[in-house]
Amino acid sequence: MTQISLTVDGTQVTDDVEPRMLLVQYLREKLGKTGTVIGCDTSNCGACTVHLDGRSVKSCNVLAVQADGHEVTTIEGLATDGQLHPVQEAFRECHGLQCGFCTPGMIMQSVDLLNENPHPTEQEVRLGLEGNLCRCTGYHNIVKSVLYAAEHAGQDEKAGAR
Amino acid sequence: MTATAERPAAEVGKDRRRKEDQRLVTGRTRWTDNLTLPGMVHLAMVRSPFAHAKISSIDASAAKSAPNVVGVFTGADFGDELGVCINAWPITPEQVTPNHSPMPADRVAFAGEIVAVVVARTAAEARDAAELVDVEYDELPAALDLKEAANDTVLSHPDSGTNKSALWVFDSGEAGTGGDVEQAITKARADGIVIEREYRQQRLIPAFMEPRSVVVDPTGEQLTMWSATQIPHILRFALAATTGVPESKIRVIAPDVGGGFGGKLQATPEEWIAWAVARRIQKPVKYTETRSESLQSAHHGRDQWQKLTLAATKDGTVTGFKVDLLADLGAYVAIVGGGVPVLGAFMFNAIYKFPSYRFSCQTVLTNKAWTDAYRGAGRPEATYAVERIMDELAAEVGADPLEIREKNWIPHEEFPFTTVAGLTYDSGNYEAATAKAKAMFDYDALRAEQKKRRDAGDPVQLGIGISTFTEMCGLAPSRVLGTLDYGAGGWEHASVRMLATGKVEVVTGTSAHGQGHETAFSQIVADRLGVPFEDVEILHGDTQVSHKGLDTYGSRSLTVGGEALVRAADKVIEKAKPIAAHLLEANVDDVEFSAGTFSVKGTDQGKTIQEIALSTFAAHDYPEGIEPNIDAESTYDPVNFSFPHGTHLCAMEVDTETGQTTMRKYVACDDIGTIINPLIVSGQVHGGLVQGIAQALWEEAVYDDSGTLVSGSFVDYLLPTAADTISFDIDHTTSPSTTNSLGTKGVGEAGTIASTPAVVNAIVDAVRHRGVTDILMPCTPERVWKAINSSGPGGSTEAAAMPHFDTEEPGTSSTEGAGA
Amino acid sequence: MIPAKFDYVAPTSIEDALSALVQHGDDAKIMAGGQSLLPVLRMRLNAPEIVIDLGRIDSLRGVREDGDALVIGALTTHAEMVTNDLVHQHALLLSKAAAEVADSQVRHRGTFGGSCAHADPAGDMGSAALALDAEFVIAGAGGTRSVPASDFFVDLFETAIGEDEILTEIRVPKRTGWGAHYEKFVRVAHQWPIVAVAATVNASEGTISEARVALTNMGSKPLRATATERALAGAAATEDGVRAAADQAAEGTNPPSDLNGDSDYRKHLATVLTRRAVVAAAGA
Repeated sequence: MTQISLTVDGTQVTDDVEPRMLLVQYLREKLGKTGTVIGCDTSNCGACTVHLDGRSVKSCNVLAVQADGHEVTTIEGLATDGQLHPVQEAFRECHGLQCGFCTPGMIMQSVDLLNENPHPTEQEVRLGLEGNLCRCTGYHNIVKSVLYAAEHAGQDEKAGAR
Repeated sequence: MTATAERPAAEVGKDRRRKEDQRLVTGRTRWTDNLTLPGMVHLAMVRSPFAHAKISSIDASAAKSAPNVVGVFTGADFGDELGVCINAWPITPEQVTPNHSPMPADRVAFAGEIVAVVVARTAAEARDAAELVDVEYDELPAALDLKEAANDTVLSHPDSGTNKSALWVFDSGEAGTGGDVEQAITKARADGIVIEREYRQQRLIPAFMEPRSVVVDPTGEQLTMWSATQIPHILRFALAATTGVPESKIRVIAPDVGGGFGGKLQATPEEWIAWAVARRIQKPVKYTETRSESLQSAHHGRDQWQKLTLAATKDGTVTGFKVDLLADLGAYVAIVGGGVPVLGAFMFNAIYKFPSYRFSCQTVLTNKAWTDAYRGAGRPEATYAVERIMDELAAEVGADPLEIREKNWIPHEEFPFTTVAGLTYDSGNYEAATAKAKAMFDYDALRAEQKKRRDAGDPVQLGIGISTFTEMCGLAPSRVLGTLDYGAGGWEHASVRMLATGKVEVVTGTSAHGQGHETAFSQIVADRLGVPFEDVEILHGDTQVSHKGLDTYGSRSLTVGGEALVRAADKVIEKAKPIAAHLLEANVDDVEFSAGTFSVKGTDQGKTIQEIALSTFAAHDYPEGIEPNIDAESTYDPVNFSFPHGTHLCAMEVDTETGQTTMRKYVACDDIGTIINPLIVSGQVHGGLVQGIAQALWEEAVYDDSGTLVSGSFVDYLLPTAADTISFDIDHTTSPSTTNSLGTKGVGEAGTIASTPAVVNAIVDAVRHRGVTDILMPCTPERVWKAINSSGPGGSTEAAAMPHFDTEEPGTSSTEGAGA
Repeated sequence: MIPAKFDYVAPTSIEDALSALVQHGDDAKIMAGGQSLLPVLRMRLNAPEIVIDLGRIDSLRGVREDGDALVIGALTTHAEMVTNDLVHQHALLLSKAAAEVADSQVRHRGTFGGSCAHADPAGDMGSAALALDAEFVIAGAGGTRSVPASDFFVDLFETAIGEDEILTEIRVPKRTGWGAHYEKFVRVAHQWPIVAVAATVNASEGTISEARVALTNMGSKPLRATATERALAGAAATEDGVRAAADQAAEGTNPPSDLNGDSDYRKHLATVLTRRAVVAAAGA
């Protein structure tokens, strides 16, 4: 067991974990943050995407011990004061989800994408989501959601900013 | 409130944002794997690496003594207590149906079959111990190739004596629905056109995003199973029927379910094993599969060879169509396994007026993962075959493929139309959908560009693909299912409960897993009862809440389940009417209901149905002789299938130097009858399109010579991403269905059914001038390039994966250094 | 999905990492970004007794200039390679290749050194490093040594890094002002390349004076297309100008056959992709 301390969705947590424990398992099993899900075992699907120190990562591809001392944001930490994050709102508005299983990862990656490029073209959105699989939407409305979020971001607030 | 209350805006047709989304976009979901119960233990499966082998011995001693292991069980430890995985649709009385134990004790029939289950306090410890279970196998020869298996050279189940499971035949001459196809072919050989083709429907994997997961809680009076399933009601029945637990002691819950596409329409070994273990150890258990396990052992789809003979006159009028299928069942006949190709039997004639038709399908058992429903189930196969061969006919005649279709399709004025397969299409207008699609596509301009590129010898060629599809959905009239020997009915149930506060609880027997029923069904009920959309709550997916239902598949939820809702809501109104009349001190015949309010004719007196609900709850004042209850239910058995149709046009660019294909434009104009929620419909169409496009371009489950699934992870089973797809142009024409109150037709599978042939037709069209008449699916760049540079359809896929992961022990080579 | 048990150390200096490596020898596995290692561990294709995580050694990160060379820390992430100005200016090819590695999330974690040390012949960074004649600086108990890229990549998943050594940095001769392009051929975006071509070109006034071309996934390790390079000297920087040279790209290669294409198809692809890569690099 190794002791780790990190910040998850703004809360400081400390736990003893096995080194083999993946960050996604730590989030789900130790912290009960089941909003972040596991969709594959080869890091292809991106369903487990979270932010580590503000950048998107696949939490199945990070050990919990590697996150020691760092800051993690999950889908559950995105909305503030009961207000949906603009990207969450955009997915709802544009029907960017159906079964919703890929959605947490898709939204977290979209937020990262918009942080890096607040006004992407359709093609840039599509390339920026190449690490996230969805089986329901055919991506059409996901791409639309991200473009909508970019377009409707407030004057002084980037869609990606949290 | 009074009768002057404002009429609520019509909900049906409105692009309501989904009720489901608030929880889904914030991660407040209840996937089965999210559940944790007190004392819950975890399961890990030990699976056979061999496609076909006798189990010589299983030594679980090391596993049993591993840390925190609660038990290790094999098939022999359970015997009959395990139950069996059922086949609900024996397609012929003589069908060969091998016994399917969830965990066989003696012999495995495909790689990935479970031979032991390890139970431990954590999932990690269960996995650790599973590695310690020592199984000795005595390998048997495996029946792998479908065509070879059909010859019985190697037997997949030696005791059966044959791999042939069932032969199902429909002949329009014999059925009296049309002429004799052999006569038509003979005549065409003499003075017409005969097109003979063999097409391959490759094996696909449904690949829903949420891996399957099951939790069983044996504590309490009812045994409860949570499962990532499409079919909680059918599971409950099957558990009762095969494991001896009374149905009344079983509760099955499908909580949030992350996609299905037919892949979660199954009674799985994993569910049955979890059930048996929980009963045995009397503790809650959980099993969640990995993606690799899912790809390897959850049922696959399609996998057919299609031999087709089309007879036509010289001008391209079809006179007969003969279809011979070989369908790979895999190792077992799954719940509707053999029935899937039969669902296609009625659809090879599609939108056309073929005078004669014959269909035969031989189902074959092999030592591969079992096959069953995958989005479209039978109809994509049929649509692919007929829409591909209509293009071939057009090429033979030298006509535009749209003209050839028009020459043969059913004109709109002839509806309702009884087809050569014996179905009655209630409504449709192929001319209208095609005209609209052509305009959206700018068909003539793209044809002109195609000619220009061809004339210039451009290395990037352009092709246009057409698919004028129809399908049968809304499974299904129970009597029809009875004639096909299906093991259940096709009705659906709904109840509407009027709560004291005026809120409306609607219980449906359908079981959504991404379709948005909570939203669309709320719209239907809100309109019917004249209550606010927000006041309607849709309950589903729990057999204790929704005690009766037949679940979600076959694009049935709206056309069948929606009609049950309408009828239950209408009964509520009928029950409320005498109470309203009583309270309004009026004669019941003078009371009318409109926009949520009962009013007395010729007066301004009225009461809303929500007010009546409160009065009925209080029950202080209601007529003599009736119960104080306005709740109602309905079980609706459809009178016919629904027949959505549409015209899809696809432009593909083919890089002739590499074989790479790129989608340029895709237009879909579908007629799905009345649309309840256009936003949800658009999502169903987009998602359906990409699954069909993915069959054409990317997906294929490939086995190697020893029966190992080579495309066993998402590294090698290629799902497209946003970067591989485009935005689509979709629109609709509307000919309402005449067989349900709302005029709806199914939409869940339409996109998938239509798009595959549109894409392949486009690719072939782009390179037909290079002598190409067919390319095997998926049309990989390699196949396209080879087809251009040789005469064949591109050759088979090499059954080997790229080795991306070094599997050697650490230190035995210098792979140290850093992980990438 | 759950790796087998292992112990874990995260040294904060190269010296500590080397001594941990010496102590555990064969039983240890070194982790940089972990983006190739963790999938292997999750699928239990490999089960080291201890993982030595280099992630806390700050000196392994970053890009600096050293005379005619760029010095890139082994733990510099792909994302940093894409955005770093020095890399852009002096080794554009690395930037272009790094932009094509896997996906955004993986590029945030995965590292240049880790990718090269993993030595997947389908990895994107190896051929780019080879084309640029990078030198791999490897630390061991006896100090450091430098291995040219041509000797670094030995075979499938095999490099010149010894059992008790660690790759610390990569020195890349500056190719300031050279055009570059990484032409990657895939069926879907999240796939490893079926074939890819890394090309960097010194061209002026429409003529190529020098070109460096390396191939990804055309054998068990990254390969230089030397015949093509020779033939490109003095060629016009146009489709037709480079065609004959590109046609020699697959000479002497023995690419694999798998689900995505057989060996002959890959050889054909290599010629087409080389032509496109060189033309794009000359125009960049």
